[in-house]
This record gives sequence, C-alpha cells and structure tokens, in this order.
Amino acid sequence: MANQRIGEMPPRARGGLPPSVAAPPARKAARASGSRHRTPALVLLLPALIYLAVMTQVPFLLTLYYSFHFWNLMQPTLGMRFVGLANYAQIVLHDPIFRSVILNTVVITLSLLMLTVVLGLGLALLLHREFPGRGVVRTLLISPFLIMPTVSAVMWKNMLLNPVYGLFDYVLRGAGLPGPDWLATHPLLSVVAIVTWEWTPFMMLVLLAGLQSVSLELIDSARVDGAGPLGVFRFVTLPHLGLYVQIAMLLGTIYLVQVFGEIFVATSGGPGIATTNLPYYVYLTAFQYWTIGVASAIGVVTVILTTFAAMGFFRILNQAVATV
Amino acid sequence: MQGRRQALALTAVVMIVAAGLVTGTGQAAPSVTLTIATVNNPDMVVMQSLTKDFEAKNPTIKVNYVVLPENDLRQKVTTDVATGAGGFDIVTVGTYEVPFWAKNKWLVSLEPFFSGMSSAESAAYDRGDLLKPVMKALTVGGQAYTLPFYAESSMTYYRKDLFARAGLTMPLHPTWDQVAGFAKKIHNPSQKVYGILLRGLPGWGEQLAVLDTIVNTFGGRWFDMSWQPQLTSPAFTNAVTFYAGLLRSAGEPGATSSGFTELETLMSQGNAAMWVDATVAAGYLADPKTSKIAGNIGFAYAPTEVTPKGSHWLWAWSLGLEGSSRHKAEAFKFLTWATSPDYIKLVARSRGWVAVPPGTRYSTYNTPGYKRVAAFAAVVEDSINTADPTNATLENVPYTGVQYVGIPEFAGMGTTVSQFIAAAIAGTDTVPSALQKAQQSVEQTMKQAGYLK
Repeated sequence: MANQRIGEMPPRARGGLPPSVAAPPARKAARASGSRHRTPALVLLLPALIYLAVMTQVPFLLTLYYSFHFWNLMQPTLGMRFVGLANYAQIVLHDPIFRSVILNTVVITLSLLMLTVVLGLGLALLLHREFPGRGVVRTLLISPFLIMPTVSAVMWKNMLLNPVYGLFDYVLRGAGLPGPDWLATHPLLSVVAIVTWEWTPFMMLVLLAGLQSVSLELIDSARVDGAGPLGVFRFVTLPHLGLYVQIAMLLGTIYLVQVFGEIFVATSGGPGIATTNLPYYVYLTAFQYWTIGVASAIGVVTVILTTFAAMGFFRILNQAVATV
Repeated sequence: MQGRRQALALTAVVMIVAAGLVTGTGQAAPSVTLTIATVNNPDMVVMQSLTKDFEAKNPTIKVNYVVLPENDLRQKVTTDVATGAGGFDIVTVGTYEVPFWAKNKWLVSLEPFFSGMSSAESAAYDRGDLLKPVMKALTVGGQAYTLPFYAESSMTYYRKDLFARAGLTMPLHPTWDQVAGFAKKIHNPSQKVYGILLRGLPGWGEQLAVLDTIVNTFGGRWFDMSWQPQLTSPAFTNAVTFYAGLLRSAGEPGATSSGFTELETLMSQGNAAMWVDATVAAGYLADPKTSKIAGNIGFAYAPTEVTPKGSHWLWAWSLGLEGSSRHKAEAFKFLTWATSPDYIKLVARSRGWVAVPPGTRYSTYNTPGYKRVAAFAAVVEDSINTADPTNATLENVPYTGVQYVGIPEFAGMGTTVSQFIAAAIAGTDTVPSALQKAQQSVEQTMKQAGYLK
C-alpha cells in the first residue's frame, strides 16, 4: 500500500513543480480579461467565498437538517428518518419543561446584562482616574475574565459557596448569621453571581475604551460652562458612551445566552430545573436523552431567539442613544 | 492557478513524507495499537501503570489509553460507538450499558474468543473464578459481552468513636429507621458533625444510585409490568419523603451538590457519623494516608426496610470489545490479561493487597493476604454476592438493575427525575409535587420511546 503510493507520487509532484513556468501566461490572461469585464474577479473570489460559507454555515445547516429528523443514538435499529416539524411541535406543545427553560434563560441573561454593564461602568469610571498603581489594579480587575468558566465555577462552588467549608459561610457565621446552602436555596442568584464576577471585567474594558476616547477639551469646556462632575457625566460622558454601551450589550446578549460551563459545574441545571437554560437543555437532550433531532430543534430555536433578542436590543438601544 | 499547483505539490510532498513515516515505523514498532477508553478511578490508573507487563508479554501490541471522568467517558464512548466512529478497540462500560449495547451490536460477544483459547490459556484465566452475580449482569442471552475489572455494592460506614460516645451500637444489619434515629441523635451541625451523608447531587449515577436502593427496600418500583411509571405510588413517595426528610434533618448541608467524591471527603475528614455508599470507598476510608478517621471506621451492611430485596446495589466497571474494532483478537488478549488472576497477583506484588481491584474473583477473597489487610472484605464480598439485578424489587418489574432501570432511556429520565427530587431535598418544592412532575416527565419519555401508547 505504502510502496504503491510512493511509486505514484513523483509524477504528480513533478506535475506540480513547474508553476513558476506555467504561471505567467495564466496571470496575463486573467489581467487581460479583467480589464474588459468584471466577472472573472467574482469567479476568482468564488472559491474563497464558498469555502467561507461552507466553513461558517455547515454546522448550522446540519443542525437544521437534523432538527427535521428523528434520530435517537440509543436506538440504532430505528435509524434516522424525516419527521418534518414533529421535533418542534414536541418541544413547543408537549414539553412542560421547555417554557420554564426559556424563562430561566431570559431571567439569567437580562439580570447578567444589567449587573455586568452597571458594575462594569462603575469600575471603568474608577479606573478612568489617575491614581498610583492603576496598571496593577486594572490587571487584577481583568483577571476574572481570563479564568476558564469551569474553573471559576469549581472555585466558587467549593471555596466560596460551600456551606461546610466555604468562605461566605465562614464570614456569615463569624458575624453570627446563619449561612444558607447557596446553590440549593438561591441557585439562580448563585449562578448570576458567578457569571457576573466573570463578565464584569469584559464590560469594564469595553466601557473604559469608550471613556478614554471622550475628548478632554469637551469636558474642559463643559466645566468652564459651569457643569459639575454629575453634569459632565450626564451630558458629556454618557451620550458619548452610548455607542460603547450598545456594543457591550449586543456582545453580552450573544455571549450570555450561551452560559453553560458555570451551570454545568455549579448546579447541573438544578435544583429541579431552576437553573436550566437553553444551552444546558440542549446538552441534556443530546447527551442524556440522546435524541439528536429534538436537541437540534432546541438549538435552532435558541439561535432564532438570540437573533431576535439581539436585534430588538439593538433597536431599543439605538432609540435610547438618539434621545440621550 | 499557481496557488493550486503549489497546493498540489505540497500535498504530494506531505503524502510522500507520511508514506515514508508509515513504512519506517512499521518495521521498528509494534504492528498493532489498541486504543482503550477508560475511567479515571484509582484501579484504572494502576492498570495503566502496569500495562508495561502486558506489552512485554505481547511485543507486537502497543496500548494507548483515553482516560476520562465517569460522565465524560460515558458520553465520549456512547457518541463514538453510536455514530460508528470506531475510535476505540476496548471500552470500559458499566453493568447498566452492557445489555442494550450488546443488543445494538456495539459490543461483540466474547464466546467465540473464549472457545478459541488453548486449554492452558483457559486454565490460567479460570472463568469459573469470576463472581457469578457480576458475570450474570455482564451476560446477555447466555453470552458474556464484557469482563469485570472491578465490582462494587453499597454498604454502611460509621464512626465507632462517635457511636460509643453517644452510647449507641450499630447492628451488622441495620434498618433505615434505626439509621435515621442514630443520625438524628449524633447530628451536631454547629460542630460540623453531620448525622448521615447521602448523595443529593442530581444524576442517575449519583443521587439515584443511593435513593433507588431505598425505594427498593421500601417496597417501591419504577415501572409496573406494563411499563406504567410508579413514581407517585405510596411506596415510592414514602421512600423519597424519608430520604429528603433525613437529609434535611440530619444530613450534610449542601446536599444537592454533594456526590460520591464530596461525601468521601466529608467522611474522611471526620465530618460525619454515618455514610451509606459504594463499597469501593472502604479502602480509602480505612487507609490512614487518606483518611483522618481510619482507626475509627466501622462497616455494616446497607440498611433495609420493608424488604431486603434491592437494598444494596451491584455495579461493575467492565471491559468489552467495541463492534467496529479491527483488532479484536489482540484486544481480547488484553481483556483476558487485565481481568486475569495473574493481574490481581501482579497488583498485589507491586502495590500491596489493599490496591487490588475488588469484587471480581472468588480467589481474591480466599487469599489470606487480602483478608488480613481488608477488614471490610467479608461485608463487601457478601454484599456483592447477594445483590441481584434480576430480582431487586418487592413487586415484579419488566426491567433489570438494582440502582438503575436497564433501558437506554433511563439515563435521560433518571437525570431529570433526580433534578426534581433535588428541588424537594433543597426545600424549594414539596415531595409530592416534585414526584408529580417527575412522573409526568417519565410518562412523556416512555410514550416517545414507544413503551406506552
């Protein structure tokens, strides 16, 4: 087998070697035709475009394809068969959990967006001032974002939130207060706290970039015109930041809908289904129930919802920015 | 044009080099490489380090390992096997998977390979020495599909010192009522000593493993003979009410995020009076290197209630040949090496008898060396021998399995049910309401899967 290949290769290699000789006429021809009309340019671009389209869209198209099929990995004898919209009907009409999962996703995403943007803005305003050790403080503040989601969830779950040897419990007990079992009694709050801790630095960075691009002359002239610190913030900084807040919210919506690692590690979507969001539900359906068709349908619904949410957000924010 | 020519030339060069590599290594290195998917528990880690012995005996075979935590292993291997990717020659599977994996032809029967053994080989392997209840769980239609690497049941661990101080004695065969009484007496959360440790972490292999043994011994069952779910039956409800109540009144805090590993830590750190869990923890708890309470640990059978049936589980991690493997004969050689009496002796020689994989061979339990170091050996062997996955419930059921229901759909529905029960343990839901939701979800899955009309 291997020997045959070796014998076969040299001619092909030889055929491939002379491009330097063969290329000039080809290039000349392309240039000549390119000057007459523009189609060849498109033709030359097409392979790259097709490659790009295939590379970026194939996973989604496959998901779409599977979502119209019955396919249970655990029942290979039943095979894969086309079922039309049955998977979608199943999750929308007959699945009592699905609605709670959508609600959880909305609650988690919205509260995360609010908290991370507000906290991020606060930290960005603080960091925008000159003070000794600013570089160190900035690095420290950014570091939570650089820790892997699963790692920070393990850390929060075992070192902070654990009701037996967690730090929160230790502090609360020291103050004479009862330390609750956070992940069991306040699961949503715990997950939101973990993810806020991770994502606030991201928002802070985006907003800090915005703050640093506010023109100092504008602020100076506002001050000369008698604006106090609050007035400067309200009428100069905030309108300028609008665009950056918009970007932060848009990216936030896209990323925060997909929170998975923290939930997987800290609560496994529970207790009950208290912290099961759409990505975790896709995982459950695909890798616990092994129903690839249904999981794909949920995935498609998630993409649609995220797109609409992001677009809606963008529009509302656009109007808000216009009115500020 | 030019780019494509260059790409072609590059491909050609790469292929020549690759072909050269293939022929080059073909002469020097072993001709067959076996890929083994296995779980990252201590016994398997020992197996990895001893594989040199196998490779020395079979110089033409090289062994590669893919080692993963239990849940990840299950997902990885299931995906591999179900999509026919053929990434593995040998897979590590539990007793739960074996029946339907065999039915799906993802595993191949080992009988043809056994009949191909020489009489000297089969005498050295000694199939009759493998624990019968374990082999029963790994046999489908009279044909063995996997061989056990280690097996376990469940039992009660308790702290002799705390019991003595409270003036209590643990019977060798306790009931759940007694255990609950002891737990409430000793429970002292302000001193971080908890009455009893029980798994609350959702997952069919975590929370439900322990809870199902309680459901069994309280006289409950998952399904009646026509596959109608029985989660809201009085017996099932009693068992879950008992479990959630005991955890809330005398159990560890953070129960819904505590699984085997978390509880093993709590127990070995001296934070609890009792723990009902897998027999495999006995070695860990009795070893002064890993456990603060090694000198005070006592062993008893798993508690019972209405019936002794199904009060303790049976689980085995076993090795099987993946259907799509192209090196089955070589893989079978590895299987019979890793599960042989000689392997057990090899572990004993290099790591001591405590490290021997438990629960697979009668000869292990007849070895004076093992009996001397393992005070728990008798309870463990007896528990494994009396656990019967085919007769684990008071009333008849259409399924096999003690701490699981042996159907492919159980992994999914079990995970969902354990989530609802976790809400009841956490107190965010009541037991009847949680079981009502669980029942609905199971009914839906069973309808989808075609068990119910």
